[in-house]
Amino acid sequence: MKYLTTLATALLVSAGMSVAASAADTSVCLITKDATNPFFVKMKEGAEAKAKELGVELRSFAGKYDGDHETQVSAIETCIAAGAGGILLVATDSKAITGSVKKARDAGLVVIALDTPLDPMDAADMTFATDNFLAGELIGQWAAKTIDDPAKAKIGLININVTQPSVGVLRNQGFLTGFGIDIGDKSKWGDETDSRIVGQEIGNGNAEGGRKGMENLLAIDPDINVVYTINEPTAAGAYEALKAFGKQNDAIIVSVDGGCPGVANVGAGIIGATAQQYPLDMAGKGVEAIVKAVKTGEMPAATEGKDFYDTGVGLVTDKPVKGLKQLTVEEGKNLCWG
Amino acid sequence: MNDASGSGETREQEPEIVADFSNRHKSAMTRLLGFLQTTPSAIPLFVLVMAIIIFGILNGHRFFSPFALTLILQQVAIVGIVAVAQSLVILTAGIDLSVGAIAVMASVIMGKFSFDLGIPPELAVLCGLGSGLLFGTANGLLVAYVKLPPFIVTLGMWQIVLAANFLYSGSVVIRSEEIAQKAPILQFFGRTITFGGAVFTYGVILLLLLVLLMSYILSQTSWGRHVYAVGDDPEAAELSGVKVKATLVSVYAIGGFICALAGWALIGRLGSVSPQAGQLANIESITAVVIGGISLFGGRGSVAGTLFGALIVGVFTLGLRLLGADVQWTYLLIGALIIFAVTIDQAIRKVSL
Amino acid sequence: MTEAVLTARKLNKRYGHVVAMEDCDFDLLPGEILAIIGDNGAGKSTLIKALSGALRPDSGEIRLEGKPVTINSPIQARELGIETVYQTLALSPALSIADNMFMGRELLKPGIMGSLFRQLDKKKMQAIARDKLSELGLMTIQNISQTVETLSGGQRQGVAVARAAAFGTNVVILDEPTAALGVKESRKVLDLIKTIKEKGIPIILISHNMPHVFEVADRIHVHRLGKRLCIIDPKDYSMSDAVALMTGAMAPPDKEAA
Repeated sequence: MKYLTTLATALLVSAGMSVAASAADTSVCLITKDATNPFFVKMKEGAEAKAKELGVELRSFAGKYDGDHETQVSAIETCIAAGAGGILLVATDSKAITGSVKKARDAGLVVIALDTPLDPMDAADMTFATDNFLAGELIGQWAAKTIDDPAKAKIGLININVTQPSVGVLRNQGFLTGFGIDIGDKSKWGDETDSRIVGQEIGNGNAEGGRKGMENLLAIDPDINVVYTINEPTAAGAYEALKAFGKQNDAIIVSVDGGCPGVANVGAGIIGATAQQYPLDMAGKGVEAIVKAVKTGEMPAATEGKDFYDTGVGLVTDKPVKGLKQLTVEEGKNLCWG
Repeated sequence: MNDASGSGETREQEPEIVADFSNRHKSAMTRLLGFLQTTPSAIPLFVLVMAIIIFGILNGHRFFSPFALTLILQQVAIVGIVAVAQSLVILTAGIDLSVGAIAVMASVIMGKFSFDLGIPPELAVLCGLGSGLLFGTANGLLVAYVKLPPFIVTLGMWQIVLAANFLYSGSVVIRSEEIAQKAPILQFFGRTITFGGAVFTYGVILLLLLVLLMSYILSQTSWGRHVYAVGDDPEAAELSGVKVKATLVSVYAIGGFICALAGWALIGRLGSVSPQAGQLANIESITAVVIGGISLFGGRGSVAGTLFGALIVGVFTLGLRLLGADVQWTYLLIGALIIFAVTIDQAIRKVSL
Repeated sequence: MTEAVLTARKLNKRYGHVVAMEDCDFDLLPGEILAIIGDNGAGKSTLIKALSGALRPDSGEIRLEGKPVTINSPIQARELGIETVYQTLALSPALSIADNMFMGRELLKPGIMGSLFRQLDKKKMQAIARDKLSELGLMTIQNISQTVETLSGGQRQGVAVARAAAFGTNVVILDEPTAALGVKESRKVLDLIKTIKEKGIPIILISHNMPHVFEVADRIHVHRLGKRLCIIDPKDYSMSDAVALMTGAMAPPDKEAA
């Protein structure tokens, strides 16, 4: 008797749920690397705002930490099971996640990669991202034009994770290219032979890693004068290390992100220049694109001349150089996030 | 057979030996292990000195400079302070997985109270320290009175405090510049004093002072003896008149307070209040404690050993980095050191007549 | 009769349905060695725990030198001068002999080092520990700082007994002191017990070992079914009589325990 009751209840509930699901509109899944990096916090806000505006349901998932691949895999499986219309994914491991992405696409979900292109990029239906390579290039060019003698520069780089995700590789290689350094294999960092590179550290994208990475670089060569950082928290940590050793005026730090704290740091002279990106835009447009694809079948198109949808990048600095389009700190503040 | 010594006269004949405590002949190994029993921090000190020498030879002046050596102190300072707290807990045969979360939460409270609630930063610091005391006490009460296993209690507390940390802070970082302008006391432990090439942060000095203070307390006060007794055999301690429950609560409470101090020092190191920091502090502190010769089974080891353990990790990390080795080699060697340290601990425990 | 040092009247203790002590009485006379014998499960341990503060009886009265006392914890028992050597010895193996002797009642250094900095007076504690061990005929220790775990079973028993004798001003309780020891080491412990008696401290001895009991005891308290069955004089009864009383094969004598 008890078994039958349970069975009947289960059937009723799932029937009710599927009715409810079809009555509501499409649902969209947002899967970010973690839930605590302000970049992803903002992205989630942007997605939620757009979802509310369009009247669709948004489910958010995040890894426990930047690098947590397993949680993203199970999130994708959950979204497939829940019958979501599409997934917005910021991949923590852009190579390994493609298997799960294929499962989702085979099941009929639209998958849009945000911020971090998958590897290969066409594993997703479309990619909405900053042109990370361009972002790196801009700050590389700025750095080369700012320091006195680029030929004698001593460059330290503080990257993201040891797994070399695409976002990290693109920005790194873009920076080196923009500075004028031969990058060798475009798909990874660390293979460069230019003697101007003092070292490449792993900072895991946070201030602690930035501080430790900078300290290690200074231990290798105390006369570093150019520091590339993957993002602004890393840059903040690196600055503290330089300050602790009295070298904050001897080196310039460049970064990528354009968050409001980061732009403020540009204004304060902590970061020399930062490439600003637009996560609210990224997420909002991503939600829009999925809803449209589910309703009309029309997939979002890439930006002209690129194989992804470029959500734009701006170079924010207080010390503009010739030959580059730059935003002032004030302008950066108006567009900043976080 | 000894007659009843009712009179006070000294006996000429050899008194019957009831229990002989004299050292009989022992093998060299037994004597070595016996020595280590009383001075368990001898091995980590030895490993530390050897590591400094070896990496110094391999790396040359880049490693052997006052700059590099004091840099190591700076890099291990936060984990070192947390490891002092962890040492206390592990001495009672417990373990505390929530140490990092408590430290970060304290730093967030210090930051948010100063900036959001607008209270004087000095008071915010006290609130942050108080939060560490609070969480530590909660851990202690659950372990001592509700009698839950420390691993489980602190596992739960870790999740609770960490999530509270992110919920309360909204993952927002408070920038170094703002702190320097409006609440500089938060960065107190980031200040430095320099002698020649050597740079000491106040955080490093805090670590050294804490180690000295804890060493004194653990070896020279009755509370310290009780901590060891509780870890060694809690029932024996109870029957001997030690207030086991109260001692346990105080250990976790003081541990929480020390973690909050680490959180304060963390702001000094990072410049900013960063809710994402300190994620690995629990594992790293346990590593330092174990390599430092404190037994996970309680009752043995010294806080000085923990300091050496933390320094060993720092020396290996920087030394290998300067050699250009893959960072994975550091993890590999530290893992081997952990197993080595526990093996030595087991051998020491087996030493008997 | 002489005034009893320690008495208990109508002690009761239940654990759920199990009755561990039922209207149990107890008397210890000054300067005597009183042995408590009883079968397993008779309730000897419960009685001893009530007297040593490891357990609180549900009801009943305990008097020390005629005055009613409540013994709620081992510490309170110690404060009343009742020292117990448990079967497990209650020694911390990783700590030194001196540490163990003074566990829970450590001595602080005189002056400001003691009162403000709470520093232990280790030299004094070591000296006193050495004295106490010698007093009982235990060979002067080469290294009083060696850890208890490096000692043999008999040596550890010696330390535990010395601790009880050092601080037990009113009563010393020994729970199965020879149970884990060989013949020679048991001999030493029995001599220790006699030495303590010479200092005038009454001793309660719990033991299964009839020869040992009959050698040292002045009176024997037979415990059965959660209460005292009777008290016998070892001079008047044989060992097999004692065992028979314990197991119920023999009826107790009519006379009340004096």
